[in-house]
Amino acid sequence: MADVILKGRAFKFGDNISTDHIIPGRYAHLRSNLPELAKHAMEDADPSFPQKVNKGDFIVAGNNFGLGSSREHAPLVIKMSGVSAILAKSVARIFFRNAINQGMPVLICDTDKITSGDELEINLSRGIVTNLTTNTQLTFGKIPQVMLNILNEGGLIPYINKYGDFKL
Amino acid sequence: MAKTLSEKILSIRSGSDANAGDIVIVPVDLAFVQDTTGPLTIRQFKETGKKLANPSHTVIFIDHAVPSPNRQLSNDHQFLRNFAREYNCLISDYGNGVCHQLVAELLANPGDIIVGADSHTVTAGAVGAFATGMGSSDIAVAFALGKTWFRVPETFKIEITGKFSEKVDSKDLILYLIGRIGADGATYKALEFSGDAVSKMPMSQRLTIANMAVEAGAKVGIFPSDNITRKHLEKQGRGDKFKELHADDGAKYEKIIKIDASALEPMVSMPHTVDNVAPARTLEGTKIQQVFIGTCTNGRLEDMAIAARILKDKTIHPNVRLIVAPASRNVLSMAIKKGYIDILINAGGTIVPPGCAACLGLHQGVLADGESCLSTANRNFKGRMGNPEASVYLASPATAAASAITGEITDPRKVK
Repeated sequence: MADVILKGRAFKFGDNISTDHIIPGRYAHLRSNLPELAKHAMEDADPSFPQKVNKGDFIVAGNNFGLGSSREHAPLVIKMSGVSAILAKSVARIFFRNAINQGMPVLICDTDKITSGDELEINLSRGIVTNLTTNTQLTFGKIPQVMLNILNEGGLIPYINKYGDFKL
Repeated sequence: MAKTLSEKILSIRSGSDANAGDIVIVPVDLAFVQDTTGPLTIRQFKETGKKLANPSHTVIFIDHAVPSPNRQLSNDHQFLRNFAREYNCLISDYGNGVCHQLVAELLANPGDIIVGADSHTVTAGAVGAFATGMGSSDIAVAFALGKTWFRVPETFKIEITGKFSEKVDSKDLILYLIGRIGADGATYKALEFSGDAVSKMPMSQRLTIANMAVEAGAKVGIFPSDNITRKHLEKQGRGDKFKELHADDGAKYEKIIKIDASALEPMVSMPHTVDNVAPARTLEGTKIQQVFIGTCTNGRLEDMAIAARILKDKTIHPNVRLIVAPASRNVLSMAIKKGYIDILINAGGTIVPPGCAACLGLHQGVLADGESCLSTANRNFKGRMGNPEASVYLASPATAAASAITGEITDPRKVK
């Protein structure tokens, strides 16, 4: 099978980007109108993010990305904004599982040397991030097998619809 | 092999020898959503085309935006009510209170597996349940299959000894702990609380600690099921659900953290992360415009009692608004009977209905630009209380009540 390659620009964020940064609670009234909700993705971390992001781009963060609420709307609006993967030094527990359940790859790696605007090429199959701007490479940790199985089906609901049960 | 509390519960419920790092599938005793996560969960559940595995153990709580502040949320509420009617599951509507308080009062039992589409589902760890928050996909599947998967967590044992000094309580302890280990200090881990201070700690205080386990990144914050648990269940009319649960001697802990409760002082978590913690006395002079007492962290009868004791025959500072939200109908009713509500309104407080109220920035106390709120809730992230230009400080009910009188962050030991 051919390697899965993602290509896009990096949007860099710091440590402790909470689900309130990603999709603030004050927009709870838009949660049944996802296209409207997605216009506010990352608003309290970078208000211009929804305008600047292009399909395929990456969110690159520091430690503990996605801490806080269990709202799956957080990875969902990131996905709807066009982002194709999240790279972070570490990710909060619920967010990690929610992102995978939404079919959004979350890659744990040392993001210090990536800056906003860098062009990245990610080989999901081999675990390699190539920074085309700085011409450097780094590797990311393996996604646990259970979660990889879910990710490969595009998320938990498609997974369950295919297998009818957990086949771990 | 000797087991931690989490390993023990997951072993019993998965019917396997579950040890840290293993993947297990377990039946779910209670699965729930609330009004801001419920609509997405139900849409995902409907995509599976399945029936509810266990309607009488599936609950919809309408608590985050009650009464509804706008048309869109009213429509979400209607959607949830229609679902509950159609699928014959349980629903808790306006006035009943916050999901986690109601789960602790009415539904959670020792050894249960509880999953909720709300991160503070960890609260039920106080009654010895393995309880954790999940996203809507996981809860949708728990609704449909009646089970879920977990990686068995490694455990940090938090050993608490000594006695709290006056006007210091479990809120100060959990803020101190989070400050010590950091907002990601226990990511993926179980926090297991033990020690002589825990065996004497009342249920209301255990609930406050368990509630905030997630603020250190933990999967669960779990307490042994003991005599205090038995009394709690008996008081709620389900003493028959009691079973004793303790970790085994010799269980393997990734870390042991010892805390001397008698050495603790009133603590405050400063903007904009929960682990940004300092003693209240070092923040004197910090002006606040709003004080919020309530939530799943500190909206219990005992918390109302602490606030009432400090505010009795006092008036709040003219530059401060005091908002009080009892965590449940039962708390409100009891607080009225005991005279706490009378004291709080005569001191200048505003009582709002049982529910999440101002905590998450939807309504009932959204802050203005540049304002600061001292809250007894569990989160102070930027924008949390509805305005990214405002600041939120977190503290105990005693510190909140004392600060409401002075108009600035105040060590409650200074107020008579």
